[in-house]
Amino acid sequence: MVSLLPRPRPMRKLDERLEFASTGRSVLAKVFPDHWSFMMGEIALYSFVFLVASGIYLTLFFEPSSAMEVYHGHYRPLEGQEVSAAYASSVRLSWDVRGGLLVRQAHHWAAHLFIGSIVLHLCRIFLTGAFRRPRELNWTIGVTMLILGIFNAYAGYSLPDDLLSGTGLRIFNSVAASVPVVGSWLSFLVFDGEFPGQEIIQRLYVLHVLLVPALLAVLITAHLAILIRQKHTHFPGPGRRPSNVVGSRVWPAYALRSLSLLAAVFAAVLLAGGLLQINPVWAWGDFDPATITAPSVADWYILWIEGALRLFPPVEFHVFGLLVPNQFWPGVVLPGLIFGGLYLWPWLDRRWTGDRETHHLTGSPRESPLRVAFASAMLTFLAVLLVAGSEELLVQWTGWTVAAVRNVLRVLVFVLPVVAGLLGWWLAESLRRSGLGHAIELGGKDLLAGLPRRRRADS
Amino acid sequence: MSRPERAPRSVVAAFLLSALGAAGFAASYVLGLGNEALGGCLGGSFAFLALGLARWSSLIDAGEPDYVEERSVGPTPQGQYDAFRRALTEQPVPRSRVLWGALGTAVAAIGGAALFPLRSLLPAMGTDPDDVLAHTPWRAGDRLVTEEGTPVRPSDLEVGGTVTVFPEGLDPREHVDTTTVLVRVDPADLRLPAGRAGWVVDGVVAYSKLCTHAGCPVGLYTDTSRQLMCPCHHSVFDVTDGARPVEGPAPHALPQLPLATDGSGYLVARGDFSGPVGPGWGNH
Repeated sequence: MVSLLPRPRPMRKLDERLEFASTGRSVLAKVFPDHWSFMMGEIALYSFVFLVASGIYLTLFFEPSSAMEVYHGHYRPLEGQEVSAAYASSVRLSWDVRGGLLVRQAHHWAAHLFIGSIVLHLCRIFLTGAFRRPRELNWTIGVTMLILGIFNAYAGYSLPDDLLSGTGLRIFNSVAASVPVVGSWLSFLVFDGEFPGQEIIQRLYVLHVLLVPALLAVLITAHLAILIRQKHTHFPGPGRRPSNVVGSRVWPAYALRSLSLLAAVFAAVLLAGGLLQINPVWAWGDFDPATITAPSVADWYILWIEGALRLFPPVEFHVFGLLVPNQFWPGVVLPGLIFGGLYLWPWLDRRWTGDRETHHLTGSPRESPLRVAFASAMLTFLAVLLVAGSEELLVQWTGWTVAAVRNVLRVLVFVLPVVAGLLGWWLAESLRRSGLGHAIELGGKDLLAGLPRRRRADS
Repeated sequence: MSRPERAPRSVVAAFLLSALGAAGFAASYVLGLGNEALGGCLGGSFAFLALGLARWSSLIDAGEPDYVEERSVGPTPQGQYDAFRRALTEQPVPRSRVLWGALGTAVAAIGGAALFPLRSLLPAMGTDPDDVLAHTPWRAGDRLVTEEGTPVRPSDLEVGGTVTVFPEGLDPREHVDTTTVLVRVDPADLRLPAGRAGWVVDGVVAYSKLCTHAGCPVGLYTDTSRQLMCPCHHSVFDVTDGARPVEGPAPHALPQLPLATDGSGYLVARGDFSGPVGPGWGNH
């Protein structure tokens, strides 16, 4: 006999097996606080989703091999020339695979957006003190993902075996070899012998498409699991306490807004991929170890190291009979100090402020002039290094010699961060004392009040 | 929560435009239109999707209050935590240092053994990277040839001319450390270090083309100042003075290749470079 009851719907069937409805209901009712600055991490997440999706498509056409082959295809200047399979397949992907150029360019733009949004996310966390107890662990996971992101972007940029990326790899090789005691072994481990080696593209490829993305996926999962467990911080306001979260529910408002952000990220990288040319490898030519293009400018997330390599004075010396090469300081020590400092910041901050409390309500940046000063100084330092990394443009613009520009930058790289740090402190202190909403509302009086007060001799 | 009775028109319109963009992408693909059409259509499709969803969620937001969810702030109560500790440490087998020590030894040994295959990533046994880096394949009597394999006579170069050369018979792409730049200058201008007078033929000097800073080819030659410059980090070397660094971050001179001519008048090397080529390394 046919049942007259309505047939169980698929969701109900699943619930009969998994009994998820009550958990599901509490998930749907979970509250997320709303603030525009909380979206940076989401943008990074959705860029990663796009990177994985577009990257899988690219792997189906790219050949990670330095074996030589003859190119045949639509890019006429290369027709019949013998180039590496990696380079030939990158050019084919751009000229002969329909839709390939869009995916390749959108993938590259998404990498910029991924790292850029991580940097902005980090700035938000840093300036509002959201890294403090109990979120130190998630801070260190975030810093690790930034390092992995930069490394993977660099590895991906190096794969097409074009003239620019080959030059970048050569500099990377020199920096790896500069590590004391193990330098040459490290360089040989990466390159399978003396530069350029035969294996580097294959090794970078495995790191780029498998190992690092898998690590990132694990870390993203941990990052989000900790976030959900601890619940997001929120800013002070009516009814907002350390012991609650005030905002939108996951379903429907928050979910729809977040999906909108996902679509916006995809829209941005696809429009950029379609309309803005990026890294035209066919124009650079294939890698020829004896040749170089001038100017050769790296992508911004690595360009600050290039800038440091240019500004560092020509110093090298021996310690216990071992050479400490010049490129060791700007290439290894500087990034080590910057990322090491980032890792340790929650504990350094705790030491300097004496603040060991648990924080779920985070403040405006002005509440810690120290952090505003430090962030301004650090970002200015990196900005000067970025300028040094593209000093050719400055030489063209000013008409000065390279040496003159470099000497000016060598001074500015120390002076400007100090100035920016002091200005940052002043602005934060003025805002804190005046209680005004925005820096633009500050008057002369407020700014005077923000200056460090002299201790009065008569009191 | 008050929901609008009718479907909000702006949201519906945005979603339909999104569908239209996707269809445009498919059509552009079939018609073989350019990258701009493909990216514009698909990007536009996602943009309208984003606008529709954003508008929809803001309509919902307008009717919704701020929700509040409680958050637990303290650690687990002591009693519960102690119970967890007990559950973790109560074992059917007595707690024994020897037992745990033996397990630790096994795990460490497996971990250590797993490192051995990594050695296969390095060049074959018996190859010492320091040796490899310290020398190049240049041998006395090797002819200097261009990338196309043509041997070079001193007279092939004008004063002020340069050419990049490699040892005859070796693949320049594999033996990058042999890359050499020849420059012809007026012999009267040369102020080479002592003992190198015989390394020059008719004003033709040969230096390693790899910058001693980060290994880029020093590809830019300026004849008026007789300087070689590296375009990567702008180190400058004085060709007349043993390629001594005069500007930029390069810490030492480009090694020089001693030259002679063979019976047919072609340039040959008299041996390896005057020092290791390229940048210094950390265990040198």
